[in-house]
Amino acid sequence: MATALAATNHVAMADLKGKVDPDWCPGCGDFGVLAAVQKALVELQIPNHNVVTISGIGCSSNFPGFINTYGMHTLHGRALAVATGVKLANHDLTVLVTGGDGDGFGIGGNHFVHSMRRNVDLLYIVMDNQIYGLTTGQTSPTSRVGMKTKSMPFGNIEAPVNPISLALAAGATFVARGFSGEQKHLTELIKQGIQHKGFSFLDVFSPCVTYNYDNTYQWFRPRVKKLEDDPAHDPADWMAAMGKSLLWGEEIPIGKFFERTDVPTLHGAEPVLNAGPLAHAGLRIPVDVTRAFVEELI
Amino acid sequence: MKQTFAIGIGGAAGQGVATPGDIFAKIFSRRGLHLNAYNAYQSIIRGGHTFLTIRTGPEKVSNMGDRLDLLIPLNQDAMDRHRGLLTRGAACIYNSDTIKPGVAAEGVALCALPASKLADITRNKVAQNTLAVGAGISMMGIGFQALEEVLTEQFKKKGEAVASENVGLARVGYDYATANFRPFAWPLPTTGNRYAVLSGNVAMAMGGAAAGVKFYCAYPMSPSTGVLHWMAAHARKAGIMVRQVEDEIGVVNMAIGAAHAGVRSMCATSGGGFALMSEGLGLSAMMETPVVVIDCQRAGPSTGVPTKTEQGDLWQMLGAAFGDYPRALAAPLDIGDCFKIIPEIFNIADRFQCPGIVLCDLLLSEGRLSLDPRDLDFAPIIDRGELITTASSGPNGDGVYKRYKITESGVSPRALPGVPGYTHTAASDEHDEDGVLISDEFTNPAKRRAMMEKRMRKVAGIEAAVPAPVPWGPRDADVTLIGWGSTKGVIEEACEILTEQGISANQLQIRWLAPLHGDAILGILKDTRHTIIVENNYSGQFARYLRSETSFVPDGYIRKYDGEPFMPHHIVEAVREQLSGKSRLSVPAHEILV
Repeated sequence: MATALAATNHVAMADLKGKVDPDWCPGCGDFGVLAAVQKALVELQIPNHNVVTISGIGCSSNFPGFINTYGMHTLHGRALAVATGVKLANHDLTVLVTGGDGDGFGIGGNHFVHSMRRNVDLLYIVMDNQIYGLTTGQTSPTSRVGMKTKSMPFGNIEAPVNPISLALAAGATFVARGFSGEQKHLTELIKQGIQHKGFSFLDVFSPCVTYNYDNTYQWFRPRVKKLEDDPAHDPADWMAAMGKSLLWGEEIPIGKFFERTDVPTLHGAEPVLNAGPLAHAGLRIPVDVTRAFVEELI
Repeated sequence: MKQTFAIGIGGAAGQGVATPGDIFAKIFSRRGLHLNAYNAYQSIIRGGHTFLTIRTGPEKVSNMGDRLDLLIPLNQDAMDRHRGLLTRGAACIYNSDTIKPGVAAEGVALCALPASKLADITRNKVAQNTLAVGAGISMMGIGFQALEEVLTEQFKKKGEAVASENVGLARVGYDYATANFRPFAWPLPTTGNRYAVLSGNVAMAMGGAAAGVKFYCAYPMSPSTGVLHWMAAHARKAGIMVRQVEDEIGVVNMAIGAAHAGVRSMCATSGGGFALMSEGLGLSAMMETPVVVIDCQRAGPSTGVPTKTEQGDLWQMLGAAFGDYPRALAAPLDIGDCFKIIPEIFNIADRFQCPGIVLCDLLLSEGRLSLDPRDLDFAPIIDRGELITTASSGPNGDGVYKRYKITESGVSPRALPGVPGYTHTAASDEHDEDGVLISDEFTNPAKRRAMMEKRMRKVAGIEAAVPAPVPWGPRDADVTLIGWGSTKGVIEEACEILTEQGISANQLQIRWLAPLHGDAILGILKDTRHTIIVENNYSGQFARYLRSETSFVPDGYIRKYDGEPFMPHHIVEAVREQLSGKSRLSVPAHEILV
């Protein structure tokens, strides 16, 4: 998603500090995501008043309160729908959507799929911890088979969703995976996601240190391998990206799986927005136009 | 009594009931005649039975009326269903090749058109329809030229050959009727007026355009889909972003997102879609982001009867979403009001930063009415309330801005995303004046109470900003009929008939349902002799609401929940029955089988 750089008023980390400090558990992966988003906005020099950070409900969805931009902390699963409305009403704004795996792939699954096929111009960051945290530890759509939680005490018998394959299949034009423990790499992916014109999906391994005893920092660290380190990786190759998305085990790829730039954004495809953002448009319709509307009825 | 003339056209879906209806409607409105049209249909694309009623006359026609003057059955089924309802002076035009007339009441003219003898009907599937329209126009005393003009326009898109073929067929039907059938006793007059004819859905969509709506989204659902169709067709000319969304949950949240970014934003649905939207209404109220939602009621519960009308969603509107919050809820009284109510409710929603709900129903949404084009005012008053749109326009820039500042009115100035110096987070969680959550780390009873009271103070503001209802008719009447929303026209006509029959009647029609103006209503009702609440539902939803708000209990109830709207005689007969002490609850039967 593209945003004009501010000509004046240098944006510093301090400008992006929220009114309150995060209330996540000490050690939560989400701290790393917040820091990376703030760093990316500073590096891109996007003024905070031109950014809207929108979330649903869950631990990670408390994100907008911890960063100083315009924010919307909406309903469980509905952040992408709200964000689409914001972007279509004022496409000059940089729209960031933040949330968790339950919010995005469970209750919000329908909006997730449709927002991608529409190519809404925003960056969607999912802090994926494979567990429901704020409700104190239940199985999530990305929990592995066999994982024991309070809601599935004898082990999960349902196959997890693969967010990367799903995003590729649904037509997302930028698909990437990051790890909260890889700050520089994550910041770079966020910057690319913001600059991409279209729907940018960024799934971030963001370990839950309180309820998920399986997918810990220690579990992820030796497994994650950066796609950028593979000279044969071509992010323009959708089939190859789909193949890479299926890798899970001793080696788990992180980085940019796929990007294409030839698909029009939702707001770019609609001529109504050619004259500029609707939020700045006058409310009255020209008289000759309304007269023609009435004439049709006579 | 007002002079009117009513036509009923019946047939299977796909047989072309709509086109003759459109042709008659155009001819009438161009003669300066008012009209009201209602189509009774089923959820089927081909087959079944569809029955369109068009009633016209020189004065406003507020409902479908009680009587048919002309029946045009397009198949045997339509003939069999409706023939028995024709009374003296009425006529029935039918294709005698395919339809057996049966026996009609005395004084009813059965006008047989031998279609295959009059025209080559093998080439044109709807030839019988055009022949019948021509015959009907002749019997109404209307010159052929008016029909020729409309037919030429109607079939223009299909090419000149089709248009002239239809004009030829109509001419044959017209001439045959002139030679063989007795004209109606009342030739249709002309006036110098010129009317627009539109449905309630089109009226609400246009009302939205007039109100400055810039974002409209919806999921298709009968009977609200007409709003989406108008919006989609006119979006680019009107500068409106129109989206079809994956479900109604997405619809309301997308609309709220657009509204939050600063535009006037609207969506429409029916009861089932509204149920999915209810959590979003709470979001609108909590974030104090105004959005307008239209509910076009159909017969419920569940999928119910998708093509039939009802006033059964009132309690859903009153109870939509959990928790207490301010909402504005209004029911348009007729199709003209469908247009006017939209800019009004947007002003309320914007001023009080809360959801506005328009409670329409299938009768208005899909019915059609003639209106003076001057009543479609595209420059209504627009009041966007306390909005901060530039860095210098607000009271507190640079970090001290309180989005949810506690104020006497409960309304806090609203800064739009993009304005420097006013960054804040709007949350669905309870929050303090700054927008910081008080729901998580440290909940705070004092702050929670203050925020609840701030939001709820808007209720008094809304009540003061919307007009109280006013009674219509003589003051000291024998009976007072109380209705809400779409029953206005039919109750009005029932009052006229009752008055002619020697029973003086007046009417109280409620438009603003929340806030209700309970004291004003009690003031009006305290001097009445006999009160009856008329509504299109099973349980008396409005009667129960009025009682809960005011403790008022009427003398009787008239209810209908068979899917079809009231006809004037339903109400008249029920009132007579109740005044004679026979009953306190009347449920009129619908005689027309549709």
